[in-house]
Amino acid sequence: MTAPAIETQNLTKEYPYGFLHLKRKTSLENLTMEVADGEVFGLLGPNGAGKSTTIKLLMGIIFPTAGNAQILGKPVSDVSMRRDIGYLPEQPYFYDYLTAAEVLHYFARFHGFSAAERKERVQKMLQKVGLETAGRIQLRKFSKGMLQRVGLAQAILHDPKLVILDEPMSGLDPVGRREVRDIILELKNAGKTILFSTHILPDAETLCDRVGVIAGGQLRGVGAPGSIVGVKSLGMEIVFELTGSGPQFEAIRAKAAKSGANYRMNAGEAELYAVLAELREGGAKIISVTQIKPTLEDFFMELVGKDRSRAAAIEVSGQ
Amino acid sequence: MSRILIVARNTFREAVRDRVLYNLVFFALLMIASAVIVGQISMDIETIVMVSLGLSAISLIGLLIAVFTGVGLVSKEIDKRTLHAVLAKPLRRWEFLLGKFTGLVLTLTVNTAAMGAGLFLAMWYVKHSIARGDTVVLVAVYFILLKLTLVVALAMMFSCFTSPLLAILFTGGLYVAGLFVAQLRSLQVTQMSSHTQKFFAILSYLLPNFGNYDVMGAAAHGRAIPRVLMLHNTLYTALYCAIVLSVAAIIFSRKDLK
Repeated sequence: MTAPAIETQNLTKEYPYGFLHLKRKTSLENLTMEVADGEVFGLLGPNGAGKSTTIKLLMGIIFPTAGNAQILGKPVSDVSMRRDIGYLPEQPYFYDYLTAAEVLHYFARFHGFSAAERKERVQKMLQKVGLETAGRIQLRKFSKGMLQRVGLAQAILHDPKLVILDEPMSGLDPVGRREVRDIILELKNAGKTILFSTHILPDAETLCDRVGVIAGGQLRGVGAPGSIVGVKSLGMEIVFELTGSGPQFEAIRAKAAKSGANYRMNAGEAELYAVLAELREGGAKIISVTQIKPTLEDFFMELVGKDRSRAAAIEVSGQ
Repeated sequence: MSRILIVARNTFREAVRDRVLYNLVFFALLMIASAVIVGQISMDIETIVMVSLGLSAISLIGLLIAVFTGVGLVSKEIDKRTLHAVLAKPLRRWEFLLGKFTGLVLTLTVNTAAMGAGLFLAMWYVKHSIARGDTVVLVAVYFILLKLTLVVALAMMFSCFTSPLLAILFTGGLYVAGLFVAQLRSLQVTQMSSHTQKFFAILSYLLPNFGNYDVMGAAAHGRAIPRVLMLHNTLYTALYCAIVLSVAAIIFSRKDLK
């Protein structure tokens, strides 16, 4: 059995605060999770949930208060393991006095590539992220989206086994988001392990093999985007056309909701056929019947909602 | 290329692109103006004035760069979060720190060497010749560089655990205190309790002795500087920097970055 690409055990991070740093705020609490080799894993959660804290702990940017983590079978403090990791920080900042090509050359040097290999890789990466014409421009003149592309290029420049991306879609326009999504899919097809954090749920549903939802510093659920929300159907949605007039049409219209030129009606699975028969008798033309399933967004919102109501309750009770 | 040298090279490039070396223009103008004015003096003190002025300017300009840039070396990287992507590479934190230090010392070396050359040009303009005895000025310039190296190490260490403003104040304060180490060692001990005596004795050996680097008077008057002092100052700087940078590395290696 292959060892997991990322493994954490009771990973906890507390920050001291207050004038004498005597109070402590918990950003991440007992995070225990695994990301399998070759998997695309999405870390979901609202702002301040603990996603970036998790990633920073994995990258050795901050240190855990308790617990430990291993990447590719080595402790996160082992610098040699970083040869096989690519990392895109959240809202990446690079030396703005350098050009995009110079930044990539600078990072490539740490991986010990020869000058010719470095030149080739930098060119290839600039092309891949759509910056081949902007390679000689200083980063101080770059937009947020362009910096994000440079960040992505430096993360995958050395062909790492594991890519960790903190909010990779942030600051990108729809075209940029699509391009990043394509790059992630390309990496996935190449067998790379990818961990990325996001609060853009459709991206997670499209790209991830599994997702982990973090809220209030705690991991609330892990699983495939479909399974994590449960497979239980919430009923059926019937879309139909209703052109006639008269009392029978009005009775159906009263029960349905207008949806563009058509009408929409929800029904339980048990009563579906009865409702369909009623609609047909009433002169409706059935366009589609779809099963309603909870989305990742519903699950996410429910968790976040619970968290907010609990926070409010604590605040009210003064605890 | 060694990872330390990769960081050092980039730090040097940063200094050049951030126009740190533009101070050389100011220094050149100062030397030209001084040479022209001092050239009018015919009291055999023109060399003394020129050397004193030049060495003071080299020291002051160098100190400003060493303190302000030295403090910013790490704190700017933390504030701007440029460190996040760098530390994700196979690079240890102490290597990064040493690279930044080496890069700034390289910048100061180039800067000080250029200013030293400017001073020699000004001396040549005033005296119309450069004598063998003038090489003592080179030693004085070398001592200034050693002093600046130590200041950079101190500035870096302070910036690893406090805010840039406090780091500037601490570095400046320690520099001023370090100028008076000799006086501290020769305090009238009879009026002090034995504890106070011990305290000042220990303090005088803990403080960086910046007075050791001041040979401006000897250089201005063309007096030879003992070779043993050159060796002593070189070793003292190396050892003190090693201790200060080790402390900085220990602090920085455990620091949570924002």
